[in-house]
Amino acid sequence: MSLQLSESLQKTVDALTENFSDKVIEVYQSTGDTFIRVEADAIVEISTYLRDKLHYVYLSDIFGIDRYTSEERFEVVYNLLSLKTGTRVFVKVRCEEEGPVVDSVTSVWPAAGWNEREVYDMFGVFFNNHPDLRRIYMPEDFQYFPLRKEFPLLGIPGSIELPSTTPDNDQ
Amino acid sequence: MKLSDIQSKVNSTFFKEHQKKLYQSLEDKHTSIEELDEGDPLTTKMILNMGPQHPATHGVLRLVLQLDGETIEKNKLDIGYLHRGVEKIAENKTYQEFMPYTDRMDYLSPYSNNVALCTAVEKIASVEVPERAHYIRMIGCELARISSHLLWLGTMVMDAGAISFFIWTFKEREKIYDIMDRIGGHRFTISHSRIGGVANDLTDEATAYIKEFVNTFPNELRDYHKLLDRNRIFFDRNEAVGVLKTEDALKIGATGPVLRACGYALDIRKLSPYARYNEVDFDIPTRLEGDNLARYYVRMEEMGESINIINQCLEKLPKGPVRTDNAKQSYPSKDEVYYSMEGMIHDFMMTDTGICPPEGAESYHAVESPKGELGYYIQSDGTGHPWRLKINAPSFTNLQVLENVLDGEMVADTVVIIGGLDPVLGEADK
Repeated sequence: MSLQLSESLQKTVDALTENFSDKVIEVYQSTGDTFIRVEADAIVEISTYLRDKLHYVYLSDIFGIDRYTSEERFEVVYNLLSLKTGTRVFVKVRCEEEGPVVDSVTSVWPAAGWNEREVYDMFGVFFNNHPDLRRIYMPEDFQYFPLRKEFPLLGIPGSIELPSTTPDNDQ
Repeated sequence: MKLSDIQSKVNSTFFKEHQKKLYQSLEDKHTSIEELDEGDPLTTKMILNMGPQHPATHGVLRLVLQLDGETIEKNKLDIGYLHRGVEKIAENKTYQEFMPYTDRMDYLSPYSNNVALCTAVEKIASVEVPERAHYIRMIGCELARISSHLLWLGTMVMDAGAISFFIWTFKEREKIYDIMDRIGGHRFTISHSRIGGVANDLTDEATAYIKEFVNTFPNELRDYHKLLDRNRIFFDRNEAVGVLKTEDALKIGATGPVLRACGYALDIRKLSPYARYNEVDFDIPTRLEGDNLARYYVRMEEMGESINIINQCLEKLPKGPVRTDNAKQSYPSKDEVYYSMEGMIHDFMMTDTGICPPEGAESYHAVESPKGELGYYIQSDGTGHPWRLKINAPSFTNLQVLENVLDGEMVADTVVIIGGLDPVLGEADK
C-alpha cells in the first residue's frame, strides 16, 4: 500500500529513513495515522532527533500493546505531536516476551515518566534509566501485570492483600 | 530526614511493599537538595500524608509531602485508588457496550467522553455520521464543558475559602443536568452518543431549555467575574501560586487549560477539528503567567466561548437523520426494530457482535475534553471487541504536572493548586 503523507509527515519519514536507514524497520499507515516502527535500541537516539530537528516537542502519550502469540510480544508506542506543523506521528518499538526492556525516554521528554510507569505496571516492560520506575496504579505488593492477555478478566483471587475489615485488626 | 526514620515511625498495616517503595521514592527525589540540609535541630521537618480520603483532594488522590515548616520540600503522588481497569474491560466488550463505561471515566463531563469514544470507533470503522448528529454532539460537548468548568470553579473557590460560591455554580450545573435529562433521559451518566450518530434527536423541549440556558448563563458568568475579578482574597490565594513555567509546560506534557494558561494555544478543536468545529467560529483563550489565576481566566473565558459555540450550533442545526442509516454500522431506529423483521435482526446483531473494524486496523482519535486532550487509541483484530483500547486521559497527564509544581510551594496552597489543575481521579486512574 502506498503511503499518503502530508508534506510535514513526508519530511519526517524522509529525514528518519535517511539518517537512521538501518534503524527504521517499517513505515505504515492505518486509518490516516502514520506509524513508524524502529529498532528498540535506537529509541533514545531517534527521540532526540525527532525532538530537536523535527519539532516533535510534545509527547502526548506512551502505551503498550500485547501482541499475544506473536514474535516480539510487547510493543511500546510513542504518541508524538509537533506543535509547529500540527502533525501527529506514532513511533513503535517491539521487545521480547522474556525480560522485555526498552530504554527510557524521560531524558528526552520528562512527560514520559508516568506513562512509562503505566506501561511497566500494566505489561511488565522495564525501562532502562528511568528515574522512578514503580508501579503506578497497582500496589507494589501485586505480582502480576493486568493488561497482559493471559491475565484473567476477573483477576486472581488472593493476589491483593486487603486491609482488615474488623476495627481491632484481628481475623 | 532519612528513610529509616520514616519507616520506623510509620506502621503500615497493608500494602507494605508499596508504602516502603513510595517513601523510598520520596527520599530519592532531588537527593542533592536532601544532602544540603542535613540535620534538623528545630525539628521543623515532617512527612505529611494527604489523602486518599481528604475532602479537598478532589477524589482519591494521595499526596506524600515532605515539609520543612510550612514549605513543601518535595512531594510524591500516589494514584490508583480508583483503578478499575477499564482498558481491560474494553477488551472484553463490544464497542457500543463499552460506551457507558466512558461516562464513569471523567464523570464531570460524561458527554465529551462518549463522543470521544464514538468518534474514535467511527474513525477506525469508517462510519459516516449525519450532519445533524455532529451539531447535536457539539452542543452536548460544550454543555459538558461548561458543567465541568462550573464544578471546577465552585470547588476551586471553595478551596480558596468562599463556601457560598459553590452553591451558586451548582445552581447553574443543576440547569445543565436538567437539559441533559431532556436530551437523553439521564441527568448524570448521559450515554447519549452512539456509534454512527446520537441516540435520539433533540426534542423541542430540550431545545427550548438549551436556548434559555444560553440566554441566561452569560449574565451569571458576568456576576462570577464581578465577584472574583477584583476580589482581594481570591487574588492573594491564586496569584503566583502553582506556577508552571512556559518552558516547562511542554516538557512535562501539560494539556488543556493548564497548558493554555502557560501561553500555548493548543486545542484539539483547532489543531485537528472533529465533528464540525471547523464550521463554527471561536477563540482559544490563553494566558502567559501559568499560575492558578491564569488558569482561572482561561477556564472562565472558555465557558464564554462555549456559549458562543452553542449559539452558532443552534443557528446552524441542519435538518435530517441523527444516526447513520446503515444497519451494519449502527443500531437501527426503534421504529424499524418494532415494525420490521430485518430491523429486529439488525438490532440483535448489533448487540451481539457489534461493529467490526477491519482486521489489523489501528487508529488514534483525540477530542478536546474540558480537561484537555482526551484520546482513544484502538487496535482491532477484526472482531467486535477491540484488541487494545488505550485511553489517553488528560487528568493523568495533568497530575504529573502537579507532582512537579508542588515542590517549593506552601502546604496551605496545596488544595488550591489541586483545585486549579482540576484533575478527576476517575479518569486519571482508569
